[in-house]
Amino acid sequence: MPKPTFETLSGAQIVVRLLERQGVRTLAGIPGGAILPIYDALSQSALIHHVLARHEQGGGFMAQGIARATGLPAVCMASSGPGATNLLTAIADAKLDSIPLVAITGQVPRAMIGTDAFQEVDTYGLSIPITKHNFLVNSAEELLEVIPRAFRIAASGRPGPVLIDIPKDVQNQVLEVGEWPAAGVAEAVPAPAAAGVAVAAAMINEASRPILYLGGGVVHSGASAAAVALAEKAALPTVMTLMALGAMPVEHSLSLGMLGMHGARFTNLALDECDLLIAVGARFDDRATGKVAGFCPQAKIVHIDIDPSELDKIKTAHVGIAGDVGAVLQTLLPAVKAQQRLAWLSRVASLKAAHPLRLPGIDDPRTPYGLIRAVADCLDDQATITTDVGQHQMWVAQAYPLRRPRQWLTSGGLGTMGFGMPAAIGAALAEPERTVVCFTGDGSILMNVQELVTAAEEGVNVKIVLMNNSSLGLVFQQQTMFYGERIYASKFKGMPDFVRVAEGFGVPAIDLDGESDPRAALAVALSARGPTLIHASIAMHEQVLPMVPPGAANKDMIGG
Amino acid sequence: MNTISRTENQALARTVLELDVYNHPGVMSHVVGLFSRRAYNVEGILVMPVGGGVTSRIWLLVNEDERLDQMVKQVEKLEDVLAVRRHGAEHEVFVRLEEFFR
Repeated sequence: MPKPTFETLSGAQIVVRLLERQGVRTLAGIPGGAILPIYDALSQSALIHHVLARHEQGGGFMAQGIARATGLPAVCMASSGPGATNLLTAIADAKLDSIPLVAITGQVPRAMIGTDAFQEVDTYGLSIPITKHNFLVNSAEELLEVIPRAFRIAASGRPGPVLIDIPKDVQNQVLEVGEWPAAGVAEAVPAPAAAGVAVAAAMINEASRPILYLGGGVVHSGASAAAVALAEKAALPTVMTLMALGAMPVEHSLSLGMLGMHGARFTNLALDECDLLIAVGARFDDRATGKVAGFCPQAKIVHIDIDPSELDKIKTAHVGIAGDVGAVLQTLLPAVKAQQRLAWLSRVASLKAAHPLRLPGIDDPRTPYGLIRAVADCLDDQATITTDVGQHQMWVAQAYPLRRPRQWLTSGGLGTMGFGMPAAIGAALAEPERTVVCFTGDGSILMNVQELVTAAEEGVNVKIVLMNNSSLGLVFQQQTMFYGERIYASKFKGMPDFVRVAEGFGVPAIDLDGESDPRAALAVALSARGPTLIHASIAMHEQVLPMVPPGAANKDMIGG
Repeated sequence: MNTISRTENQALARTVLELDVYNHPGVMSHVVGLFSRRAYNVEGILVMPVGGGVTSRIWLLVNEDERLDQMVKQVEKLEDVLAVRRHGAEHEVFVRLEEFFR
């Protein structure tokens, strides 16, 4: 029997070795006093590329970009105190969108914890409600168990963020390591209960006006093809949440696009008429359902989700099936009858003809929809699209022809302005062969604008399309529609010169406003490799329509 | 005086939750955090290690509420929670303790 070779390693070196063994090749972060031993060990790694963010939240979103593009846990790092608190927003964002993230923070030495030491904050306590699980590591030996376990937890079941807080003395503690633990990977999910699947199949077979409702869980599970196959076999008109866009190609004959607050009229009206709603990896978010009592009021509900606590949370399901949605769809498929459902599909088609998604200005690249379409015309489905949060996000969700799962990376649950550009950097680092386009606004980009220099430094193939309406557009829109046009704190008086800002950070930029042929200028900017910022002014009065007023039922849409 | 008298409070439907958990720092925070974020008061808490001390048992006394089913599912999801059992208010664990709260 070969004798294990013992190595004498510090806790910090153990951390780096375990990350290497997990397959981590790129991570983002910012060093500081309490995490310097780990950074010292990281400097000796030949395998891991560390991306130096300029704000910890930016680093957190870069890791999210990697995780969202690949589906695998990604890592971000920060020091104690403000480093850790700056990371919290990116962690909370990952929690709400179920993104596998492993956040590693430095902590003051154990002997100083609780003394209000310099840069000490209760990172463990702060992160409890925004993580799937968290650890305060007590010894170098514990790292051997905690780090693989953190990856396993992040990736297993419903994915989510895990935080590991490591005191500086634990990083410096020396340990003899003989055997290494196996890398932490996602645990197998128990097979779904057969009885539930049989009842669900019978309900689908008997329904006359069913709708398939896909959520982000379909993307996480890699179940897009299975979902499309079910829709096609049982002739199910299909709606998608913001998080599921791309799961079914936008021009598929059964696709009704996005539902909810900014869904098309025909989409929400069809839901209002359905007699069976088959929710797959969706959580009945309020932006999708509107007033819950008015959501699919005539429908029985089949709810399939990997997280049992989602079943019956918002709407009581007639059949709730806990399980991996891909596995459930695979068992459901042979049990459903092939159908044509001509009457229901023709009803949906007439709703669509009478109340289509209106995209005014789609042929004019100087309007919001037209600009988005012009960008799409320059790209193929291999491009990855990220957004920030606000009007531009909803316009892109409505108008960009998304056709591929993981093509679309957006902050859905937390709705974090500042997400888009660092997430795009992460996605481009993870998949350097792709063009990554970040649609952003003049409000959102300023929330993590410092990462422009990171984009320049890394030379990532990120194209930032900045739709500038000189306002916090969605706030302006709500004040216009629901607050008696009392516009307050939503119009910017000072406006940076974004082209010079980008150039100042080392990112080439163009201004479409000054281009006589904006389509040609876009084509050139999007085809050159490396980061670019594309600035385009849009009118302040442009609105995202239709819109369900907050608290109203989805059938009571305004506009569109 | 409290807005709800002791007798009135006792008249509310109660549930006793019994949790088996790992015994290490922070577990209590994870459990009670799920209640506090919903402004859901925990009326009684009792925790002691079990056996060799690797695990603990947490007894919670809570008012019945329509949110309780979902909350129990959330508690079951916690990494450090091994099992959750629900009992009626007649369970004697808190009754027997009453003599310490006179």
